[in-house]
Amino acid sequence: MQSQLPLYPEQASNFAPSVDALMVYITAICLFFAVAITAAVIFFFFKYKRKTPGEVGVPIHGDMRLETIWLVVPLLLSLTMFAGGAVIYVDFRRPPLDTLDIYVIGKQWMWKSQQPTGLREINELHVPVGRNVKLILASEDVIHNFSIPDFRVKMDVVPGHYNTMWFRPTKPGRYHFFCSQYCGTNHALMGGWVTVMEPSDYESWLSGSSAADANPVVAGEKLFTEKACATCHLPDGKGRAPSLNGVYQAKVLLMDGSTVTADDAYLRESILAPNAKIVAGFQPLMPTFQGQLTEEEILALTAYIKSLQSQPVPATGAGIAPAGKK
Amino acid sequence: MSTPNNLAGPPSNAGGYQLPRENYLNATYGIRSWLLTTDHKRIALLYLVSVTFFFFIGGTFASLIRIHLLTPGGYLVTPETYNKLFTMHGVAMVFFFLIPSIPAVLGNFLIPLMIGAKDLAFPKINLLSWYIYLIGGSFVLYSFATGGLDTGWTFYTPLSSVYSNSAVTPAVIGIFINGFSSILTGLNFIVTIHTMRAPGMTWFRLPLFVWAHYATSVIFILGTPVIAITLLLAGLERMFHLGFFNPQLGGDPILFQHLFWFYSHPAVYIMILPAMGVISEIIPTFARKPIFGYSFVAGSSIAIAVIGFFVWAHHMFLTGESAYAALTFSFLSYLVAIPSAVKTFNWTSTLYKGSISWETPMLYGLGFIGLFLIGGLTGLFLACLGLDIHLHDTYFVIAHFHYIMVGGAVMGYVGGLHFWWPKITGRLYPEGLAKTAAVTLFIGFNLTFFPQFILGYLGMPRRYHSYPPEFQVFNVMSTAGASILALGYLLPMIYLTWSMRYGKIAGPNPWPATGLEWKTASPPLTENFDVTPEVNWEPYDFDNRHDLGLDVKGHPSLAPAHGDD
Amino acid sequence: MHRTGELYGQFETLDQQRETASLGMWVFLVTEVLFFGGMFMTYTLNRSTYPEVFGEASRSINLTLGAVNTVVLIGSSLTMAMSVWAAQVGKKQLVTIFLILTLILGTVFLGIKGVEYHEKFVEHHVPGLNFNFEPGADTATNAHAQLFFSLYFAMTGLHALHMIIGAGLLIWLIKESFKGRFNPEYSTPVDLVGLYWHFVDIVWIFLFPLLYLIDRH
Repeated sequence: MQSQLPLYPEQASNFAPSVDALMVYITAICLFFAVAITAAVIFFFFKYKRKTPGEVGVPIHGDMRLETIWLVVPLLLSLTMFAGGAVIYVDFRRPPLDTLDIYVIGKQWMWKSQQPTGLREINELHVPVGRNVKLILASEDVIHNFSIPDFRVKMDVVPGHYNTMWFRPTKPGRYHFFCSQYCGTNHALMGGWVTVMEPSDYESWLSGSSAADANPVVAGEKLFTEKACATCHLPDGKGRAPSLNGVYQAKVLLMDGSTVTADDAYLRESILAPNAKIVAGFQPLMPTFQGQLTEEEILALTAYIKSLQSQPVPATGAGIAPAGKK
Repeated sequence: MSTPNNLAGPPSNAGGYQLPRENYLNATYGIRSWLLTTDHKRIALLYLVSVTFFFFIGGTFASLIRIHLLTPGGYLVTPETYNKLFTMHGVAMVFFFLIPSIPAVLGNFLIPLMIGAKDLAFPKINLLSWYIYLIGGSFVLYSFATGGLDTGWTFYTPLSSVYSNSAVTPAVIGIFINGFSSILTGLNFIVTIHTMRAPGMTWFRLPLFVWAHYATSVIFILGTPVIAITLLLAGLERMFHLGFFNPQLGGDPILFQHLFWFYSHPAVYIMILPAMGVISEIIPTFARKPIFGYSFVAGSSIAIAVIGFFVWAHHMFLTGESAYAALTFSFLSYLVAIPSAVKTFNWTSTLYKGSISWETPMLYGLGFIGLFLIGGLTGLFLACLGLDIHLHDTYFVIAHFHYIMVGGAVMGYVGGLHFWWPKITGRLYPEGLAKTAAVTLFIGFNLTFFPQFILGYLGMPRRYHSYPPEFQVFNVMSTAGASILALGYLLPMIYLTWSMRYGKIAGPNPWPATGLEWKTASPPLTENFDVTPEVNWEPYDFDNRHDLGLDVKGHPSLAPAHGDD
Repeated sequence: MHRTGELYGQFETLDQQRETASLGMWVFLVTEVLFFGGMFMTYTLNRSTYPEVFGEASRSINLTLGAVNTVVLIGSSLTMAMSVWAAQVGKKQLVTIFLILTLILGTVFLGIKGVEYHEKFVEHHVPGLNFNFEPGADTATNAHAQLFFSLYFAMTGLHALHMIIGAGLLIWLIKESFKGRFNPEYSTPVDLVGLYWHFVDIVWIFLFPLLYLIDRH
């Protein structure tokens, strides 16, 4: 399907056409200036070639108008390039709310991904076409980067952080993904394939494969009890810790009066550094679980807490900012 | 003085020159007189030898990389070795070749001559700088020899501070030490330019080469201490299992990146500004007219140095940092491009109505404009947030920075060596061979690196020891180009060395050029000037410099000196 | 070799020589600001990420010794400034006396620092040397406390190294001043070492509150 000498990858995501269009735009501008200046230089080189050994050039010291023009015009053109890029980037950094969330863990030198049902893959990622897909990226060791050239997207995978990236596949097919941040010996081998399927095929693939892998929500619920989270985080809000019903993506009111959105990063931070943000009305009692949970366990707990989104929120003891508060 | 082999001087001057009886090269003899010299010109030559040595080392690694990448499977070396090759290539080239090259060789040699001084402000500190460079270099060579280095020249943590099994600690110690060489050189240049100018040499009569080095020196002194402390912390982390940048101990790997790039971005301006200074000398000389827009070219050097400190996080758009930060750094990155554009337009305009000769330094100058143009313009793609998502950490980035650092900085360095070779050695190199080498370099360079832009857009990541087969065609093109490029570098090394003994005697001002350095003998006396010059002429003022022996009748100035600036 | 006070070969006039030396020292001090600045930045960022543990760790270092050291160092800056003044008004003996006082105070500073370091060693607060901030505390607290102490030792260690270099410079100055080298026409080495000494003092003025005074209640 590729020509013998391809110049650009396939366009297989919602971002690809706009990225390519911007590429063409910037290439056109740069090509114009490159050709114009090169042509001028070559032209002058020949036209003003020295004719006699003692000849000198005509002393022209400068011209304010020219200086202004070639300062302002490139500046304005640059601003258009900046704007075009900014629009795409801001869109990329703000995943929509209705995403299919897939967890991706990078470690030297392989990728593990986990579908919402718990189905796991190694160095493979199956996604449905036409759906907004969000990848939640975690690293177990060094910095990696998950890159899908045909989608024109990539994002660093940083240990100690969650990073997210999103895309909407637009064409069924198999597309290469790579690790794009040098991570050691087999960095070049740390890649795999994204398989984009029609939604029905995706569903059957999801249910057809041995679903013996534990649903992360189930695993998370088990951990929630095992690690004694349930002793303080009572669902009715009467425990020593806020109820977690409905907390995912809600606005939480903190002790210092500020509010914060309880997103994936907040949940993770609350587990690993619980005293960073104390919910209003509660004491800083929660111990940290840093060093006691693997990345997968943290992801499982997070998935479980997210599943509590639909549970009834108690009137008090939830920590959620009252409606109307910014 | 023995009769030189060929008495014919260059065409533009009357022939029959002899080497001056006493000059800085023969004033004193013996190894001690060189190793303990405080003469800035001798120190420049000491640096010339050392940076060329590191260039060879970095170049050897580059050759191995390109040969290895001929096939997708990458069968020449193991993955571990490949990762060491590109790391050591980067470390050797960036820290021990590119950053010192023009400042420590040409800057050291020329700045006192250009401003009419007998030496730099602190000659002994200048010598100390060279020894510090050697000591730093030794630590790094030791690292290369005892296990090598495989972290990438960027030393990202926690890979470098925790996971790598290579000789990281001696390498960071070496780079740390080498930083002080840069700092002292920058300090020396700044103070020299402020306090040692000859009477009449006002700021706006300074050659643009000096302005460029002033701006570079500002970056030297403000940026280098930060990389020093960053590598110190990373080294301590590795040695004592501390946690500054290790998330498992509460540290932040992104903090390392901020600290690292705070220096390493301005560092790229350290690498290019001096080369721009060289070009700003070459073009007026070989077009025999003043630079167009002197104050804009001078000011743009300062602007690049200043704005360059505020763009570092454009290397970090995809680390997960705030989108607001990304927007700010993208915007500033576009701003920093503007002064470079201004320079390019000014250089081009200088050619208009010039009297242009096609000698080798001019070929390098024009080659610089062409290659820097492509390199700089491709920076606009990377500054663009939406495109950077796709292009980050691909071969597009590699192509971009090699166009600037090799196509720009190295061409500037080699061109500068050719331009001032007569002053440094008293002799000329063989012109025909030199022109051939320049063209070879230009062609080889483009063939090596242009395909890499395409590879990058196709998605081939950096630092890959093996790659998917669909990327092979462009890789082969690139390697083919690299072999031509290598030839383009080897030729000057050979004929320049040859010319030191057998080249035509040049005379004081073979081109002729207008700088103060050309009013001395070739090679100059140790103390540069018999009598401290008094400057009462404007730079590049061919029209009013009757002492150059040119035909200046019938060319009334179109504007009074500095009428525009 | 040129003896101090005479015109070096690369200079035209003594004024130029003096001006150059002074500018050189100022530019050098600017690089030192950036050098220490990187670590100050790292410290500040970590402090805002782990306020409680940093506060706890800060409370465990000896405030009294730190405060005494601050007074000692400021005192030494005073004696250094007096030495410069003495040179400028031609009181050669006082130059030496004040230089010696500065050296003594500087040494006192380093001695007290040594005592502090020893305390930390005994309490197992030295990272990399069986560090244990709070036996029984969770690993995170220990890790974050180790961050504090790593920075504490790195910053005060770097500062102490600069003081030791300063002490060396003072010894050289004292030797030269014994020979009566410094007078109103020529006091450049005293001026420049004075600048350096004041800078090292200022670094401590920032270090002290940042390390010792956060979260003291």
